[in-house]
Amino acid sequence: MRFSAATFAAAALLASIVGAAGQTSRENLVSLVREDCGSCHGLTLKGGLGPSLLPGALANKDAATLGEIILDGVSGTPMPPWRGLLSPEDARWIAENLKEGFPR
Amino acid sequence: MNRRGFLGAGLAAGVLGGAAARADERTPPLRGTGSLGLIVERATGSVLVIETMQRISLGRIDGLGDLSHASVVFSPCERYAYVFGRDGGLTKLDLLEMRIERRVVQGGNSIGGAISDDGRLVAVSNYEPGGVKVFDAESLTEVASIPAIGANGRASKTVGLVDLPGRRFVYSLYDAGEIWIADFGESGTPVVTKFLDVGLLPYDGNVTSDARHYLAGLFGEDGFAHLDLWSAKPKIERVLQGYNAGRNKIPVYKMPHLEGWGQTANDLILPAAGQHEALVLDLETMREKKRIPVHGQPIFCVARPDGREVWLNFGHPQNDTVQIIDVPTLEVVHSFAPGPAVLHLEFTPRGHEVWISVRDADRVDVMDVRRRTKVAEIPAQKPSGIFLAARAHRLGS
Repeated sequence: MRFSAATFAAAALLASIVGAAGQTSRENLVSLVREDCGSCHGLTLKGGLGPSLLPGALANKDAATLGEIILDGVSGTPMPPWRGLLSPEDARWIAENLKEGFPR
Repeated sequence: MNRRGFLGAGLAAGVLGGAAARADERTPPLRGTGSLGLIVERATGSVLVIETMQRISLGRIDGLGDLSHASVVFSPCERYAYVFGRDGGLTKLDLLEMRIERRVVQGGNSIGGAISDDGRLVAVSNYEPGGVKVFDAESLTEVASIPAIGANGRASKTVGLVDLPGRRFVYSLYDAGEIWIADFGESGTPVVTKFLDVGLLPYDGNVTSDARHYLAGLFGEDGFAHLDLWSAKPKIERVLQGYNAGRNKIPVYKMPHLEGWGQTANDLILPAAGQHEALVLDLETMREKKRIPVHGQPIFCVARPDGREVWLNFGHPQNDTVQIIDVPTLEVVHSFAPGPAVLHLEFTPRGHEVWISVRDADRVDVMDVRRRTKVAEIPAQKPSGIFLAARAHRLGS
């Protein structure tokens, strides 16, 4: 019984992250990148088990390519596909902001 | 601020007059450290010093740098904590005086560390520039630097670094797919034994409490690399191989961890990578005993200190939940949701209570383990790892 409560809470959490239009609020995206992408790329995004996501490290990749990497992952590496959790607009927004220097 | 807690307590306790009371101000009341510990506040570069019998935070120590993914080991006397930060910082803290004793920035990007069985050497595993650096535990001066250049010629990140008896450390090379043992013997010059071709992308490793079985989880293939360190000639064997075979690999949004793992009397309960399952490895036969369906991608599978239960947390987006596996039946017997982003759990040394960090609620919950009820909440800023000083007397991480 506690489990169904847990499942409900998880669904509610997801619903709160992904808004009604399927697009995530900017604040939640910033938190997701810092906290969840940060578990491999570091809270400051300077890299960890995953590579650095600082602007200098991404200079040779355009935002469209980065957006696709976010959505589809990189096979043969631990980078997972975020499609399903993030919309293409979310991924593109993250990609563009990573290139600029990601907000805190 | 840090001496002040003790100073205040000293004053309150002081019923003596004049000079004796002034002596009290300088000399905090005697106390042990066995019920102390640290909570890492990852975003603010600080730690809270906690006391587990009163279930309180005694104070905060700031200035530890980037603590995302920070971990901690303790000196044998349980007075000093060594904090390994993501910015390569190695910080030695005094738990009694609640202050930084020493701090060095030893690499660009580090991931964890270990302390030798004699308490004299602290080893740090590095992502950038890779390799392992070893420091004198007293002074934090560098004793050795061991680059991790794999057989493929590339510098490798190192992971899964733990201590072995006899001033030895064992760790895995993430990029090279190797496991190395650095033996410091009597001297400061390590003798390194290398095991090659252990498998693709070992992401973490740990050793059983008898220092017999070292396992590295493989991310590049589904399985674990195993070394039997009691063998006269240890060799790599793959265990739990192919647990994803014939099934869809579910995207892994956070790497599982083997630190503080699910060691019970006969089995190891391990996180699958890419399945919502805990895998049970029989330590007698080194064969898979069972796959236990669980709520999400397991991150930590932590055995209660008596080994009767294993408690699990999960990766994004199922990370609000904790589940409990009953060891005799190998079934999930309880699930509950402490709150958003449960990052870590740490049992008190004999397992009567467990401390659970709930990052996005800025809170650590203390639970009564047998009743499975919350008995206290500790406010903390984005708490991640929780490390109790009793770890000082535990082999491995």
